[in-house]
Formats: sequence, C-alpha cells, structure tokens
Amino acid sequence: MNPLLLWFHKLGSPPYFYRLAGRFLPWLYVVALVTGAIGFYGGLVVAPADYQQGDSFRIIYVHVPCAWMSLFVYAFMAANGFIALVWRIKLSEVLAMASAPIGAAFTFITLVTGSVWGKPTWGTWWTWDARLTSELVLLFLYFGVIGLHSAIEDTRQAARAAAFLALVGVVNLPIVHYSVNWWNTLHQAQTVSLMGQSKMDARMLWPLLTLAFATHVYFFASLLARSRAALLELESGKEWVRALAKSTPTQEAAHG
Amino acid sequence: MKPGTTGAACLALLRRDLTLTWRRRGDALNPLLFAIIVVALFPFALGPEQATLAHIAAGTIFVALLLASLLSLDMLFRSDLEDGSLEQLVLSPHPLSLLLACKIAIHWLTTTLPLIVIAPLLAQLLYLPNTVLPVLLIALALATPLLSLIGAVCVALTVGMRRSGMLLTLLVLPLIVPALIFGAGACNAAQAGLPFTAPLLWLGAWLVLALVMAPLAAAAALKISLT
Amino acid sequence: MADFFAMHGYGMYVWTAYGVFFLVLLADALAPLRQRRRTLAELRGRLQREAARKSS
Repeated sequence: MNPLLLWFHKLGSPPYFYRLAGRFLPWLYVVALVTGAIGFYGGLVVAPADYQQGDSFRIIYVHVPCAWMSLFVYAFMAANGFIALVWRIKLSEVLAMASAPIGAAFTFITLVTGSVWGKPTWGTWWTWDARLTSELVLLFLYFGVIGLHSAIEDTRQAARAAAFLALVGVVNLPIVHYSVNWWNTLHQAQTVSLMGQSKMDARMLWPLLTLAFATHVYFFASLLARSRAALLELESGKEWVRALAKSTPTQEAAHG
Repeated sequence: MKPGTTGAACLALLRRDLTLTWRRRGDALNPLLFAIIVVALFPFALGPEQATLAHIAAGTIFVALLLASLLSLDMLFRSDLEDGSLEQLVLSPHPLSLLLACKIAIHWLTTTLPLIVIAPLLAQLLYLPNTVLPVLLIALALATPLLSLIGAVCVALTVGMRRSGMLLTLLVLPLIVPALIFGAGACNAAQAGLPFTAPLLWLGAWLVLALVMAPLAAAAALKISLT
Repeated sequence: MADFFAMHGYGMYVWTAYGVFFLVLLADALAPLRQRRRTLAELRGRLQREAARKSS
C-alpha cells in the first residue's frame, strides 16, 4: 500500500496519533518561541517608528497575526468539521473541537489589542464598523461552538453538532475578510497581500511575517496538546489509556 | 389528495400543527405581551421626548420583535419531541426538509405574524413617522421568516436539551445580526430620507437562500441531534 | 532603555496589547496540561477503586 496513505490511516488511530503528536509537541513549542522572539525583536527594536502613528503602530505585531489566525483557525475547524460529519472520522472531530478555544483566544486578543490600538490612533476604544462588528460576531460564533459542544452529553454527538454549527457560521469568514472592501470602514484596508506587492516597508514587514509564522506554529502546538488531552478523555475506557495511567506519575510529569 | 403521497403528508402536518396551536392559543399571547412590554420600557428608560423616541423607534421595534420570536423558537419542536412525534417525522419516508419547512411555516404564521400585525401599534408607542411604517412592515416581513428559518436550524441542534434557552440565544444571535443590520438599516435610511431599497433587496435575497437551504440544514441537524 | 519602555508616549497602549497577547496565549498553553493531568488522575483513582472491588 502507498506508504503515505498507510501513514494517513495510522494517524486515525488514537494511540498512534497520541504518541506521534507527543514527539512533535516540544519541537513545535520551541520553534514557535524562537521565531516569535525573532519576530518581536524585529518588530519592537529593529523596525523604525511609523511616521504617522509613532511607536503605537508596533501593536500591529500582535494584532494582525492574531487576526489572521482567528480566520485561519475557523476555516481549519470548519474543514475538520466537514470531514467529521461526512466521513465520521474521530480524529477530525477531536481536532475540530480542540481548535475552537484556541481560535476564540486569538479572536479575543485581536479585538482587545485592536481596541487598545484604536484609542491613540482613532480616538475611540470601539466603533461599530463592518470589520470590527464581523470580528465580534466571529467571537460569538466560536463561543456558540464551544457552548454547544459542552452542552451535549455524548462527546461524539456533541462534536458533530458543534461541527455542523461551525459550518453554518463559515459564511462569516468572507464577510470579515472583505468587509473593508465592501463597506466604508474606519478600519484600514488591506496592505499585505499574498500575491503581488505589499504596501508595507520591508523593515516593518518581515517581523510581521515572522510572527505570522510563529503564531501558526503555536496554533499547531496548542492544537496537538489539546487533542492529546481530549483523546485521553474520549478513550479513557481503552487499554492504551489505562496503561498510560498506570505508568508512574513521576514518569508522566517528565514526559509533560 | 391521494393518502400516502408527500403532498398528503405535508397537508396533514400543516393541519395538525394548526390544530395543536389553536388548542393552546393562549400561548400565542406571550410573545405579543413580551414585545409590547419591551417597547414600553424604552420611554421609561430614555424619557418621553418625541424626538428621542422617534430616532430609535425602528431599531427598537426590530430588536423587540426579534427577541420575542427568539423566545418562542423553543416551542418549534418541544411538544413534538415530548410526545415522540418528532422521531416519527424523522423516520418517515417523506423528505424531512419538506416536513420541517411546513412546521417552520406554521410556526412563523402563528407566533411571528401576530407580532408584525401589532407592529403599527408599537410604532405609535415610539412615535415612528408614518412614512416609515410601510418600510418597517416590509423589512419585518422579510427579516422575521429569516429568523424563523435560521432559528429552526439552531433549535434542531439543541433539541432535547433541558436548559437550552440561553444557549439557543447565543447560537442564533450571531447568525441573525446581518438581518437586523439590514432590516433596521432600511428603516433608518427611509426615516432619514435616503434610498432604502438596497438593504431590503439584500434581505430578500437572503430570505430566498434561507428558504431553500435552511430546511435542508435543519433536517441534517435534527438527524444529528436525535441519533 | 527607558525610551524603549515609554515607546515615546505610547508605552501604556503597546505594553497592554503585548501583555494581553502573552497572558491569553499562556493560559491557552497551560489549559491542556491541566486537563491531561486531571484526566489521568481521575482514571488512576477509578482503576484503584476497581482493583479494590475485585480483590475484596
């Protein structure tokens, strides 16, 4: 059998995923921390102050990567939710539900840092323009998914119901992204593009991209950690989990 | 109509739901009273100045009616779940989405349409200019079915939960925010003398989309919740 | 150095924003560790009770 396909199949097995994720986990955290440190150094120390906003523009280095993550994580959650609903793959259910709190955290940070940035720049902590409103709606969608998941007793059914809700809310993602184009908003329009020229100075841009990479890596680290914890609970009746619990507590603490 | 066909099933369901609602027609008063009370609270809170109230009238009526219909959403499946007929519906050979569309239609007719009927009364309470009233009624006629349809999907996800009230609100509100923005926005534009057809057309477009997709989504959600 | 912390007058805003970022992500990083430890502790307790029941 094709080795890649075989590996994919094995990944669906909880104990295999648990072990594999456990091996990757420390490295992901390390990479996230190192690249994050480099990015923050670039953003706080190396990049010159903006000629209009002065040093307050440096909030961009926490605000924008988190904003990008809030959208990416939702898409990731919805994609896994789709797989979970159509093919009933247990791992997809776990990954989708584990993504929700991380995505909510990123969305929360986006809103708070944006508000803090807005005060010196626009003179107000909040405004009901299209971008901010749709991002707030995104936070409520995350809360809805998390709330629905915790309200249903049976974990697998809860995951499927919450995944369905996540898919219904996917329509909000293009609204958030394109809101600055479709409506007159206080929030500035797109300056960084995936294809073509970005309208930002290179010395300011590279820390931003580095931090975007760092937050992605952090997301996957946190996702794997949460998925492992969720799998333990889901499979707590199975033999491999019991064997894990029986191994000495000090050994457990060492493996983290 | 030939018994056993889908058409006959839908007709039977429509008749059954209407009869059951008629038997408990006192319950239909609750959302009405709620809407009137909410609207009446605003003059107490903001002062009886005509100018102030007229300014917020359209939006307040919209919010009051949305909250009132949200309260009654829970009733959509509850009695059927309790007597077991919901499972029979899911198991029936007829397309579940069609049957649910019938249920949602009756629900809207019996709980939300009365709210739209009293909307002119509420408009008077808040000094809404008479020229804006037709726009308000059209916007409500487009937005409230949208709420019933989207709400039905969320109710289907939470059916059977004992204390689902707050969770249901949390689920529905983010999805219904665009309808509120466009509906109230159309009324506010009309009040300011600006063109208002664009938001109404947007509402209409979403309503048509929801009419097609929401029953299907609700059927899928119901099958997930009832397994 | 003091200039760096003051951020030319914007210090409060910049450091509040960065502080929120780190605190929330720290909480997010610690949560799965706590959940894992709790699940395993509960499971160990349950296994002990089952073993005690079987031997009695």
